[in-house]
Amino acid sequence: MAEGAAATPAATSSFEVDLGNLMAYDPSHHLTAASSREELRQECLQKGTELAQAVADALFALPPSEDRDGPIVHLPPPTIRLPREKHLPKPKPPTKWELFAKAKGITKRKKNKREWDEQTQSWKRTYGYDRVNDDKDIPIIDAKATDEPGVDPFALRRQDKKKRVEKQEKSRLENLKKAAKVGALPSHIQLAAKALPITGTKADLPKKSRKEDLENVAGMASSATASGGKFDEKLPGEKPLKHPGKHRKFLPVAEGKGMGNLEKQQNDKILNSLLARNSDEQLDVGKAITMYKVKKEKQRSKDKKMSSKSDKLKPQKKPLKKSSKKKA
Amino acid sequence: MVAAIRVPKTQRARRELLKHAPKLVETGKKTLILHGTKTSAVLNSVLSDIYHLKRDNAVKYTKKNDNIRPFESGGESSLEFFSLKTDCSLIVYGSHSKKRPNNLILGRTYDHHIYDLVEVGVENYKSMESYVYDKKLAPKLGSKPFFAFIGEHFESAEELKHLKEVLLDLFRGEVVENLNLAGVDRIYVCTATSPTTVYMMHCALCLKRSGTSIPRMELVEVGPSMDLVVRRHRLPVESLKKEAMKTADHAKKVKNVTKDPVQGRLGKVYMPDQQVGKLALSNDIKGLKRERREAKKNKEHSKKQKVNPE
Repeated sequence: MAEGAAATPAATSSFEVDLGNLMAYDPSHHLTAASSREELRQECLQKGTELAQAVADALFALPPSEDRDGPIVHLPPPTIRLPREKHLPKPKPPTKWELFAKAKGITKRKKNKREWDEQTQSWKRTYGYDRVNDDKDIPIIDAKATDEPGVDPFALRRQDKKKRVEKQEKSRLENLKKAAKVGALPSHIQLAAKALPITGTKADLPKKSRKEDLENVAGMASSATASGGKFDEKLPGEKPLKHPGKHRKFLPVAEGKGMGNLEKQQNDKILNSLLARNSDEQLDVGKAITMYKVKKEKQRSKDKKMSSKSDKLKPQKKPLKKSSKKKA
Repeated sequence: MVAAIRVPKTQRARRELLKHAPKLVETGKKTLILHGTKTSAVLNSVLSDIYHLKRDNAVKYTKKNDNIRPFESGGESSLEFFSLKTDCSLIVYGSHSKKRPNNLILGRTYDHHIYDLVEVGVENYKSMESYVYDKKLAPKLGSKPFFAFIGEHFESAEELKHLKEVLLDLFRGEVVENLNLAGVDRIYVCTATSPTTVYMMHCALCLKRSGTSIPRMELVEVGPSMDLVVRRHRLPVESLKKEAMKTADHAKKVKNVTKDPVQGRLGKVYMPDQQVGKLALSNDIKGLKRERREAKKNKEHSKKQKVNPE
């Protein structure tokens, strides 16, 4: 080992040390013709030790800053440059509004998150749920001279809002498309073709027709004869249609025994149910019970209100009730 | 039209996609390790050892993969797809055939497209398990390794020059600015024994006292070790290489700002010309309104009239 250490200073000049990658390279070393694998291994280990020492010499010579976990040194950037993994992030092209704003000299202004709402006399969000000037907080809209009769101003407001939202969505998509052209789409958004890679672009492919679609078309074609395809020869491997012929069945109107009777039965059923709603004889017990219960509940709550309104001096009912329960 | 846009439904998916986005300064590359339809025992062991070495930043596929022939046109499409899917840009693909036994293809991708490839055969392989050493010396997961390249063939032979770069990229991990000296614990020693062969071994580093501030290095072989015989290789296309080598221009020198030990940060401010003529005018400037103008005129008029009589 002492020999190696002695040789190092002389040899260091021939080493290429890349401290950023913690790498040392000795281009001048010639291997002695090693006879066995073990000898080769020993030689490599020895040379490796020298090179490791060369890296360590440079590394430990850097001024360290003490940290709780140990001394930390600031490494220089690597000299051997390796390729990137992905392209550099591309700047997003300005949106149509941003271009317009720049031309007009409009600058962004910050708005407060909360604003004072005159309608409800309270602080409310500027945007979003339960916001200032929310449609649902406006009970009255003043009529104007220009108003057309028969137009609901509330509905109009809603419609306008909907239109604005749709327009915004449209321009958002347009801006995204513009960004996609330059390849500067935000990474969490993917456009059009579902297999679009996050980086790079791919022209969207035309939709492939499925097997099922083809079969449907073939079936339609084969049955488009005067006989409904009854006398046509089938091709080898052609399967029968899944839904051949008529889909709806109408029952015969004329009275008869089998199917004819069925029509009558159906109509009877409908008629009965309609008549039953008004007839007194038919009583739906379940429905009646619920109706009775609801009625009683209403009556009770009404009574309660009346009593509480009439005299507040009386002790409240609730605690009394509780105590009575306890006793029981 | 609305259906044409796809946005992640959960915040987690969104974060994950943001991780995949191209970055100005990149954090380490991920490695994808997979094999073809046929492998050998040696190759299986090699792949699992490489996975073990890179465990912190690698994905290993365990199923057979059909139709991967990276050197042939069209044979790389599924590799590129896997690279996109797993967000890996380093690929280690193992295959075994009569023509190319124990074949290992080391590849890199740029933008999820094959950047370059090196094909090596594995010989004289000794696995990690076969080494016996003091386990206290075992390198920690994710520590930054040293590299030692020995032999003139790394410069003279084109293939080895390429292989050296790929090996460095494969094992170096993340490029860091700050390194903890206590975490220095491993080295890859690569020796060019012939113009096509590299003897590669992985050793633990022992820092011994030397009497100075610089410790004495000692290597303890911990495995794996193998001979890599270069078979085929494909260098990157020149234009793609130029594109891939681009770096973010680092913070430009800040003009007009100086640091003073007493006063701290000092800045000079130059006021640009106020180009009044080019100012953007909005339509509702109060001074330009006719009513105001006229009102003002009238006022002055009346004042004058008032003054005049006196």
